[in-house]
Amino acid sequence: MFANTLRRTLCSLWGALVLLGAGNASAGFADSINLRKGVTDISHRVYDLHMMVFWICVVVCLAVFAVLIYSIIMHRKSKGAVPASFHESTTVEIIWTTVPFLVLVGMAVPATTTLLALEDTRDSDISIQVTGYQWKWKYDYLDEDISFFSVLTTPRDQITGVAEKGENYLSEVDNPIVVPINKKIRFLITSNDVIHSWWVPDLGWKQDAIPGFINDAWTELKEPGLYRGKCAELCGKDHGFMPIVLVAKTEEDYAAWVAEQKSAKAAEAESAGKTWTLDELTAKGEQVYNTNCAACHQANGQGIPGVFPAIAGGVISTGDMAAHVDIVMHGKAGTAMQAFGAQLSDVDLAAVITFERNGFGNNKGDMVQPAEIAAAR
Amino acid sequence: MSTATTHDDHHHGAPAGLMRWVKTTNHKDIGTLYLWFSFIMLLIGGAMAMVIRAELFQPGLQFIEPQFFNTMTTMHGLIMVFGAIMPAMVGLANWQIPMMIGAPDMALPRMNNWSFWILPFAGTMLLSTLFMEGGGPAFGWTFYAPLSTTFAPKSTDFFIFAIHMLGFSSIMGSINIIATVLNMRAPGMTLMKMPLFVWTWFITAFLLIAVMPVLAGAVTMMLTDRNFGTSFFSAAGGGDPVLFQHVFWFFGHPEVYIMILPAFGVVSEIIPTFARKKLFGYSSMVYATASIAFLSFIVYAHHMFTVGMPVAGELYFMYATVMIAVPTAVKVFNWTATMWRGSMTFETPMLWAIAFVFLFSLGGFTGLMMGIAPADMQYHDTYFIVAHFHYVLVTGALFGIIAAVYYWLPKWTGHMVDERLGKIHFWWSVISVNVLFFPQHFIGLAGMPRRIPDYSLQFADWNMVSSLGGFAFGLAQVFFVFVVINTIRGGKPATAQVWEGAHGLEWTVPSPAPYHTFETAPEVK
Repeated sequence: MFANTLRRTLCSLWGALVLLGAGNASAGFADSINLRKGVTDISHRVYDLHMMVFWICVVVCLAVFAVLIYSIIMHRKSKGAVPASFHESTTVEIIWTTVPFLVLVGMAVPATTTLLALEDTRDSDISIQVTGYQWKWKYDYLDEDISFFSVLTTPRDQITGVAEKGENYLSEVDNPIVVPINKKIRFLITSNDVIHSWWVPDLGWKQDAIPGFINDAWTELKEPGLYRGKCAELCGKDHGFMPIVLVAKTEEDYAAWVAEQKSAKAAEAESAGKTWTLDELTAKGEQVYNTNCAACHQANGQGIPGVFPAIAGGVISTGDMAAHVDIVMHGKAGTAMQAFGAQLSDVDLAAVITFERNGFGNNKGDMVQPAEIAAAR
Repeated sequence: MSTATTHDDHHHGAPAGLMRWVKTTNHKDIGTLYLWFSFIMLLIGGAMAMVIRAELFQPGLQFIEPQFFNTMTTMHGLIMVFGAIMPAMVGLANWQIPMMIGAPDMALPRMNNWSFWILPFAGTMLLSTLFMEGGGPAFGWTFYAPLSTTFAPKSTDFFIFAIHMLGFSSIMGSINIIATVLNMRAPGMTLMKMPLFVWTWFITAFLLIAVMPVLAGAVTMMLTDRNFGTSFFSAAGGGDPVLFQHVFWFFGHPEVYIMILPAFGVVSEIIPTFARKKLFGYSSMVYATASIAFLSFIVYAHHMFTVGMPVAGELYFMYATVMIAVPTAVKVFNWTATMWRGSMTFETPMLWAIAFVFLFSLGGFTGLMMGIAPADMQYHDTYFIVAHFHYVLVTGALFGIIAAVYYWLPKWTGHMVDERLGKIHFWWSVISVNVLFFPQHFIGLAGMPRRIPDYSLQFADWNMVSSLGGFAFGLAQVFFVFVVINTIRGGKPATAQVWEGAHGLEWTVPSPAPYHTFETAPEVK
């Protein structure tokens, strides 16, 4: 494994030299060392700006370094160089203060127009609220009454190295955000707990998700496709494990997706009315637990001593049912325990609470029905 | 002072024993204490960096848990900034400023002792959080609220107290430097004749006094938010999490110049010595330093382009930020012009100073790129930023400190550094540091966020290269410990002037510098 990676690395280093020499980098390699061009007008403008400033820096850098290197080679004592006596020149100082200033003004002009375009969220067609949670994203389609969470799906075994890592390791989620092409989409970005940052590099920007604030940003995609991103602002333990997947669909496919979401929602509402068995609830609860609870309380229910309490043999999970329902639904103020009442459906809440009371060797034998959760709301 | 001096020994030499160091008011002893303290902190902070690079050597979680990884990045940053770089600069100031301006000691010697002796306690308190229930601070060295308030481990209160103590120490050190520079200069040493190292520190001291209280304010608000029911940074209570970032970066941006300006001063001393030519544009160097210091106060929100500022604010901070490139460029041009048509030799300190000019410039260029707000929407919070600030802080500030140590070590110890060892250390460091940090530009641009313990597979190759460079660079600094101890224990005796092209008052006293220097003020013409 080490040897393989090392060999690949040496190959890519060699590749870098060859390609730089040829002055013609292949797309794949360029993507591994340079900013992505992205897929929107804005991302292209940002990329062009980046390359312009980069090349200005390269030219200035090479000019200064050339003088330094010439001087280091030629003006050395061992070559018999005698020190000159000059040590100031107002003319030279004025020139090398003014020239950089003018270069900066030249950069500032395209930077200003790009920034103004990037920040112009007016006249949007669709609004989607993006909410950061520790450690997942929630998408609310404000015009459609669609709302869902998006959580990492990379199996734990791949992270710990038990299983081989998949192609989209740490960049895959259960429910991607889906958007139509050729529409100006306005994202309203906020957070439920700490500061996160929503970043899909191919869109050309990132925007912080801040509790108590709603930031906005926009994009307009031209081609259907799948784009991956990451949370960019440190948000606690699993900051590295809350990726973003954005799927752009044609307008017809998008409309079909919207209809599908709505019928799935209706089906779920129906299932909340029936009476569930203990086995059904614990089986469903285990899935809910792994998606929503395991990040803190751990997959084995042991928690992390001093930070996240254990569920296995826990005071609450083996104690009074009402207190258990209360803490799961309303959270615990001043701690990382969130109010899941606002995040999960009645079925999911009933299932996960029942699972916590009967899994991990707790074996309480009692359960709570979705209808009771609905009553407790 | 009284002429009725008694003939006790400590007037001529150092007292013996441990209490010498506890009770000392001698600027050289205190300088030595600062430098050793920062050296130890460099190694501790460096060990944390090794843990980080080991975890990032391959994708997947191999050695440590994500929470502890966050603690490592946080503590690495805090220890390096507040424990290694800043105290090392104060140590250099303590040793050199009195000798460079012809003063017998610092103006406020007892406060000098106190400002040092706060540090080991603050450092210990900060490190002790690692062993507390819930672990140490894990919210990044920038400790953004509310991750550092509502969502932080209990040990955060100890971190807050440690920051307060470090701030006290810095403020007292700065008052001392300003008082010394203003009152203790030898006759004839006008301000515009002061060595540039003294100038840069003089300006830095004002920056410190201006911003350390702001940092103290930020952590005090955190403290009351955490323990006394206030809501400065909690939106749920009517507060504002972004306020924290404004307050923090009003401290944090001048702070980066606090770390780099004295290094500018060091390089401005070393290059003329080994080019055997006066510093080009002395007065423009002074004005450029002052301009950078002033600009550092009015550009801070370029750290916050993605928080959702009004677009007018973003434009202003972009324009102000790129302006810093002007005085910084002037400095690099002046160093280049100083070397131009000099008569250069390349002893170890000169090698470090030249590496500083080259590599700090690279960090400066990436800084300019990030000043362009729309492009920063992509760069922000990626490894591109990590690469940038390590180029300015490691190959900038740290290289400046190492250059200073090689430059003045013969004056401090009376022994020349073994050139062969110094050059091994140099080449080993300068190659490995680029293997370490240059690929981080690539993975940052390609989309790897900072502060993550695990990453997608497309970043694997360059992370491995970076880690290998990191291990080599870390080991090189252990070698540096050996070089320094080797020089203290022996070596070719140093002359008073030490370096052929050296000018300045510190080179008129014998090597090693006697315990008391300039008891009678020298005359400066």
